[in-house]
Amino acid sequence: MIRKPMIYALLLGTALGAMSLEASAQTLRFASQSDALTLDPHAQNEGPTITLAQQIHDPLIIRDDEMGIREGLAVSWETVEPTLWEFKLREGVKFHDGSDFTAEDAAFSLERARVPPSDYRNYISSISEVRVVDDYTLHIETSAPNPILPQQLTNIVMMSKAWAEEHGVEQAQNYAEGEENYAVRNAMGTGAFKLESRAPDERTVLVRNDDYWDADNIPMEVERVVFTPIASAATRVAALLSGELDLILYPPVQDLQRLEQSPDIQVKSTPENRTIFLGLNQGADDLDSDSVEGQNPLADKRVREAINLAIDVDAIQRVVMRGQSVPAGSIAPIYITGYQEEFDQRPDRDLDRARELLAEAGYEDGFSIDFACPNDRYNNDEAICQAVVGMLGQAGIEANLRAQTRSLHFQQLQNGELDFYMLGWGVPTFDSEYIFNFLYHTNDGERGSWNMTGFSNERMDELVQAMSGETDLDARDELIAEAWEIALDDLTYIPLHHEVLNWAMQANVDIPIRADNSPRFAHVTFD
Amino acid sequence: MLAFIVRRVLQSIIVMLVVALVSFSLFNFVGDPINNMVGQETTQQQREQLREELGLNDPFAVQFARFVGNAVQGNFGISYRLARPVDVVIAERLPATLELAFVSALFALVVGVATGVYTALNRSGIISRVIMTISLIGVSLPTFLIGILLIWVFAVQLQWLPSFGRGDVVDLGGWRTGFLTSSGLKALILPAITLGLFQLTLIMRLVRAEMLEVLRTDYIKFARARGLPDRAINFGHALKNTLVPVITITGLQLGSIIAFSIITETVFQWPGVGLLFINAIQFVDIPLMAAYLVLIALFFVVINLLVDLLYYAVDPRLRFDASTARGH
Repeated sequence: MIRKPMIYALLLGTALGAMSLEASAQTLRFASQSDALTLDPHAQNEGPTITLAQQIHDPLIIRDDEMGIREGLAVSWETVEPTLWEFKLREGVKFHDGSDFTAEDAAFSLERARVPPSDYRNYISSISEVRVVDDYTLHIETSAPNPILPQQLTNIVMMSKAWAEEHGVEQAQNYAEGEENYAVRNAMGTGAFKLESRAPDERTVLVRNDDYWDADNIPMEVERVVFTPIASAATRVAALLSGELDLILYPPVQDLQRLEQSPDIQVKSTPENRTIFLGLNQGADDLDSDSVEGQNPLADKRVREAINLAIDVDAIQRVVMRGQSVPAGSIAPIYITGYQEEFDQRPDRDLDRARELLAEAGYEDGFSIDFACPNDRYNNDEAICQAVVGMLGQAGIEANLRAQTRSLHFQQLQNGELDFYMLGWGVPTFDSEYIFNFLYHTNDGERGSWNMTGFSNERMDELVQAMSGETDLDARDELIAEAWEIALDDLTYIPLHHEVLNWAMQANVDIPIRADNSPRFAHVTFD
Repeated sequence: MLAFIVRRVLQSIIVMLVVALVSFSLFNFVGDPINNMVGQETTQQQREQLREELGLNDPFAVQFARFVGNAVQGNFGISYRLARPVDVVIAERLPATLELAFVSALFALVVGVATGVYTALNRSGIISRVIMTISLIGVSLPTFLIGILLIWVFAVQLQWLPSFGRGDVVDLGGWRTGFLTSSGLKALILPAITLGLFQLTLIMRLVRAEMLEVLRTDYIKFARARGLPDRAINFGHALKNTLVPVITITGLQLGSIIAFSIITETVFQWPGVGLLFINAIQFVDIPLMAAYLVLIALFFVVINLLVDLLYYAVDPRLRFDASTARGH
């Protein structure tokens, strides 16, 4: 008696579901954890914001799906002098309003991105001047030779100068001003999609730009994109399973197996451009948060080595991450210039050796220290830290876990209050210099702003400064290699793993997964 | 009566000031918004400059005074996360929450009173026992679990109802309503049940208990002895006399429905103020958090005031007492 209506219900349900799928064949319904903060492409250097901006706008140089670079709105670039780059721009590109894209727009956009309050001003701080030579030639002057300028420009998208002037948005959003800027909810670019409507946190609709300059080379099958941020991971997965969504980011690790088993769903994975590691304050004379009086155990390299040997990253990968991580031997993500496989080898866990090293350093009875972790920033961050606490305990180091929300964790880290902490680092330039510059250079207020370890090495500083100006790429590679040797020898950071990212989608939807976790909707194909 | 209202309004202002003060002092423990507002390349000096510009370095008292001073003029500042004026954002998102709260409260009240009366009148019936058992689930299961369960059954397995969002909305001069489209109405069902279920069981149990109490009283017995029809006794006399506590609870719960819609809104990605608040907490969006908490305090005091006034309408004894008290 109960069975029959249930069956009808199911039949009706599937019929309805099938109908709605049919009707929306060329619409991509996409959901991620959080929304873009703003549509202003220069106001926030932040993942979801970049993802949305890159659908509507194009950069001069495009980061392709394999994380290499290719021509975007620029067709060629070369250094005329060590500090002068010449960019030839693509002709015949039109903005969504029908106007032509010219060097004026490019110069305006670069200028907008490099001055306050743009959030990219530090990212492209090497640019000192941008000059328009003719309609399709641009000269970019840098304050010092900058070999990775093309890499950096992949994140700077082009706006229309006329549009910006018309709407009074010649500058990026300024928080301190206390006013809303037109560009926060409106956007107009040269990209593969035009903005149809935008309700922040609710729904953003994009429609295909049929006149896109690159339309012949990419699939362009998606006519409409409906982007809904869905904060709750369980709801995101449920909506994918029920057929209400076509593509989701951040499917929770514990649901992956079930999603993979479903015949209607496929999951794609790739190592992410981010590495998770532990930082150790080796610079202080004495630590506040440890049990050792009068000296700093972390300043002794043998202690850092012992910590490294005590942590079983393979077990973390297996148990905590359910296979969704790649154990790391250095803090360099695998995509970047200067990455070498031999650096990425981790020594096997060796508890006896760890205890020996501790004893040699004078800590045969171990010591205790506070261990700070975010609990809402990286995949399973708190669980990783709990595992680390147990492993260190076996070696005699009593780590007192202080897991807290990211806004507190990073505040304390920036204030230099943490002696032993977790951090993840992504490399938007895909180049080692970005790591050395922020994490290994002496923290002098200018460079080394995320080096909270107190590590300071004269040779390292020399190398960092040299590599940022070295235009001979072979010579530069040597500088980078030498810097990595110093870094690895010092064990400034204890590497844990490279994160793995997953995208889940309907079986009839296909999109190349990108290590920067930023899908390009124009590359989607439907079966 | 007028004096009563004036007194209550003054009390309300004090309550809201206290709420603002408490919430402001709590913001110190939420962390630093700056890290969320700038890219990782930003230097210490630039961070410090932004902190200075936003007035985050000022002493607590100065920050609080500035907030109150601006709020009195209707200026709640600009959201750190959305880069838009806080009052505009809240006004945009409030209709979603109010519509959801209204439907939930209506659902809870209608079904709650009906089942409450039914279970009181048919105490030992099988259906009553089933209802009472089910109501235990409503009281004891946490909201997010109920939401996920409903999504699993009705969205994933049966695919009858949407699992997230508000469906299509119609803009009526700034008030975006989901009542006028079929997808909007369908989207309301699951969140409304999730949000209203706890209130429903509460009202039902309350009505049932009050009814049982009243049905034992002498005047009901006399009414029966006079041969009045059951319907007149049950609804005209018994139910009416149970209404005072029910109104109190329902009224107070309406405030809770609005305030606790946070969880339901998060589970269903319902674009109301609750979801806005959760996002604000994660981002340490201080202007938005402050405005939201003051708004919720306002809801509570207004609802309390209305409930007190409703007593006068429902319970003639209060009117009588008040007038005699003034006479002497």
